[in-house]
Amino acid sequence: MTSLSRKLVRELWHLKGQVFSIALVVAVGIMSVMTMRGSYDSLVRTQQIYYQDTGFADIWAPLRRAPESLRERLANIPGVSGVDTRVSFLTTLDLPDLEMPAQGLFVSLPSRARPRINDIVLKAGRYLDPDESSEVLISEKFATARALRPGDALTAVINGQLTELDIVGIAISPEHAYSVPPGSLYPDDKRYGVIWMGRDSLGPVYDMDGAFNEAMFTLEPQASEAAVLAAIDRLLDPYGGLGAYVRSDQMSHQIMQAELDQNRIMGTAFPIVFLGVAAFLLNLVLGRLIATQRGEIGVLKAFGYHDREVGTHYLLFAMAAVVLGAIPGAAFGIWLGQGYVRLYGQYFNFPHLQYQPSLTLLIGALSISVMAAALGALAAVRRAARLPPAEAMRAEPPALFRAGWLERSGLAEFAPSSVRMILRNVQRKPMQSVFSSVGVALSTAILVMGLSMLDSIRFMMDLQFNVIQREDLMLVFDEFLDAEVLRDLENIDGVTRVEPYRSVPARLRNEHLREKVSLQGLAPDARLRRLVAGSGQVQPVPDAGLVLSATLAKKLRVAPGDYLSVEVLEGRRVQRSVLVSGVVTDFMGTSGSMSLNRLHALVQGPEMVSGAFLAVEDQALNRVNRYLKGLPAIASVTSPKSMYDSFQKQMDDSLYIGIAFLIAFASVIAIGVIYNGARISLSERGREMASLRVMGFRRREAVILLLGEQAVITVIAIPVGWFIGYWLAFGVASSIGSDAYRLPFVVGPASFIWSAVATCGAAVFSGFLIRHRLNRLDLVEVLKTRE
Amino acid sequence: MLHKPDIEVMKDRTQAEEVVLRGRQLTKIYDMGEVRVQALKQVDIDLHTGELLILLGASGSGKSTLLNIIGGLDVPSSGTLSYLDLQLETLDTDGLTEYRRRHVGFVFQFYNLIPSLTARENVALVTDIASDPMPASLALELVGLSERLDHFPAQLSGGEQQRVAIARAIAKRPDILLCDEPTGALDSETGKRVLAVLEQVNRETGTTTAIITHNATIGALGDTVLHMSSGEIVDRISNETRASVESLDW
Repeated sequence: MTSLSRKLVRELWHLKGQVFSIALVVAVGIMSVMTMRGSYDSLVRTQQIYYQDTGFADIWAPLRRAPESLRERLANIPGVSGVDTRVSFLTTLDLPDLEMPAQGLFVSLPSRARPRINDIVLKAGRYLDPDESSEVLISEKFATARALRPGDALTAVINGQLTELDIVGIAISPEHAYSVPPGSLYPDDKRYGVIWMGRDSLGPVYDMDGAFNEAMFTLEPQASEAAVLAAIDRLLDPYGGLGAYVRSDQMSHQIMQAELDQNRIMGTAFPIVFLGVAAFLLNLVLGRLIATQRGEIGVLKAFGYHDREVGTHYLLFAMAAVVLGAIPGAAFGIWLGQGYVRLYGQYFNFPHLQYQPSLTLLIGALSISVMAAALGALAAVRRAARLPPAEAMRAEPPALFRAGWLERSGLAEFAPSSVRMILRNVQRKPMQSVFSSVGVALSTAILVMGLSMLDSIRFMMDLQFNVIQREDLMLVFDEFLDAEVLRDLENIDGVTRVEPYRSVPARLRNEHLREKVSLQGLAPDARLRRLVAGSGQVQPVPDAGLVLSATLAKKLRVAPGDYLSVEVLEGRRVQRSVLVSGVVTDFMGTSGSMSLNRLHALVQGPEMVSGAFLAVEDQALNRVNRYLKGLPAIASVTSPKSMYDSFQKQMDDSLYIGIAFLIAFASVIAIGVIYNGARISLSERGREMASLRVMGFRRREAVILLLGEQAVITVIAIPVGWFIGYWLAFGVASSIGSDAYRLPFVVGPASFIWSAVATCGAAVFSGFLIRHRLNRLDLVEVLKTRE
Repeated sequence: MLHKPDIEVMKDRTQAEEVVLRGRQLTKIYDMGEVRVQALKQVDIDLHTGELLILLGASGSGKSTLLNIIGGLDVPSSGTLSYLDLQLETLDTDGLTEYRRRHVGFVFQFYNLIPSLTARENVALVTDIASDPMPASLALELVGLSERLDHFPAQLSGGEQQRVAIARAIAKRPDILLCDEPTGALDSETGKRVLAVLEQVNRETGTTTAIITHNATIGALGDTVLHMSSGEIVDRISNETRASVESLDW
């Protein structure tokens, strides 16, 4: 070991506090990359393999009923590489101990072979026996939530008949990787499950013998989606086609994709910010640290050490801090990534969901840290090395203080000398103060960005559940019913208000642009479910025309006052031009709404409703639920309250943990900047501090002088951090958006306050650490050493 | 331990031995932005093999500047400086580094030891990069510190620290030993001890030595004494005899 290496080791140990805080920042940067980007990469890879293995469809085409003979013509559509057909129905399950009816989505599987498109993955039990008509497979989430195992029985209402079914297997499917009941955005595994049954058994009970009500397609690589969709719709229209849709409109895929997109953005934005801050800090801290070693650099040079050797020495110092941070950072990041991916597994059902970060990612993250450290160290070493050794060995000349803005402003006269000293120190090294401030500001900014996500989600949820969905229960009827049923509902004891709605599948067209939506007909005097703009303002249901979600209007390139071609996909399949009377900025789903009467007129035929919103007295809720569960005409009863609860659970599980980490990360950064800044100031100005103490300053007074500078830097940093954080949050909110949901941009006052409180907390904590050092300062020793 | 120098031999050597270092018309101007300070004004200087040169002068007289230029720590603004055949004023940073690495040893007023290294390791710092060094322990023995090899600077007195610094400077067997106020931070007794070590090294190893001091009494110790004032050499004295350290009094 050379003496230089020994010096390195001893000084790393001596400066362990600073080395540790730098290492921590590096660790946080690398950890955020490994966790966020690493889990995103893993999820995407798993998703791709899953889709490939199960032959996940490119296009789905639901319809009323078509003979199996149509299949060949579907297969002949140019661009289609594969077709499969099936029978699927949503029905009520009769489950014990549930206050609300449960729903089962029955999906047929080929009785004698596995499907080529949209296959399932068996997790337990076995595949269906073609000779046993009562055998079913059930979805894993549902099985887990209901504690059902192969061998158990299940009772369902199939085509009006109570039917006993035998569970032989537990399965998952990419179509239901994110499994939500119709009309909901959140899983409800206790009350909703997918049930796969042999086509030979399911077909006949639904009068689908030799027929199908859903077709699935895979496409050739070069195929035009739009052309194939149009051809499928043309073929299926006579058979009650409900509008074919592509993968990006498939519910599970769409929500998962939205999640993944969000992950990709967060997994890019956060690590960039963290690594950027880490790089910045390394640069700042190492620069100042090395500056305090200029005397030693001078000695080494005087004795003939080359700049190269001196440079390498300090570079190794920097690298040691990076490696010290990188190893635990990567390890902890991988551990956290595994947990993160496991958490995902609770919401998205994947086979073999595994966190597998790529080596490239790790190397990339490491390289950025190493480069940042090298740049920081080298810049400082070059500055120190550029000085002739004789000059380097002399202490820096007394700092050049001049009259500045402080004096010009006249404030200096009024300020006590301690304040003057603090402000002059800040003013003397403006760039250093600015850089330190920016470092602290970035930590505030990270907090603002993270907290604003919570604000956005809370805002969205509050809007959704307190302003838009004000019903206690939402009913979906098994089939369209006439308005008579509303009176029956009103007569239920405890029901205080009933509002009908109708939802009709339709295709909206503006020239070549087309979107499939479910048109909502709302009562004009609706109070339970209303049209609400993103601002929270209630929009009246227009007498005439259609109100579109802003996202939908944008996709179709229409504005209020324009006309759209509406193709109703049921009944007489009327086509009509309809006025776009308004656009609402909403955050969940996409919709087109109009008054109930106008919708009846548009569809033509009898005036039917598809469901109702109910207001129910609190104490009667359970009783009403039980009663509704017994009505065969009601396909589902959902309560916004239980949706909200399931959402809250998700928030508690993932978001709050995320926020806690964010606060920890931001604190590490703030402490890294402030502690290091103060430590270096202490070594730069130890003599000044000692002189003050010798002159009779109390410890507290000396500390204030030293930390005052850091306090000024923190105070300047906070508003800057707010500003940066505000725009970071804006960037994140506007880049997260899908058909499933969009994130409103909200930064609540509490987020500003908390981010400032956390930053100040980190500053105070750093101050305590420094105060401890200052208390131990040996006055005589400091004064004895050379200036 | 120290013997009285053999005056005749010394005298002969200073006059007869070759000039190892020759400076002519050396000028140094510091440009401090708002002020220009002329630290050296056309100074001529010769250093002979084995010579002990004392540079006397008040603070700010330019003696440190001259020493730094001779040692290759700084470059003159104008003038020429040669070490044997080497033209120092033409060298770049790397060239000067090599010059210092091979030929020069330094002792500073404030020792400039690396606090994180022990006495032995501080010396080894230099022997690590020297081509024909003496063992660090031998160098420390020469300065009378063989008992304190593994002490850190903070565990040594000022005089001991300065002797470590001398050991560090001589361990690589430099051709020129340059000492900037080596006793400046020491009390007179300790200072004498340090001077005795320097004198002994000069005498026993024949290392050309230049010592800067503001203490005129120390001048008696040297073969040659140069008085500096305001960046100029105002007086040059060749001592017929070198006084002994014990005879000095301040």
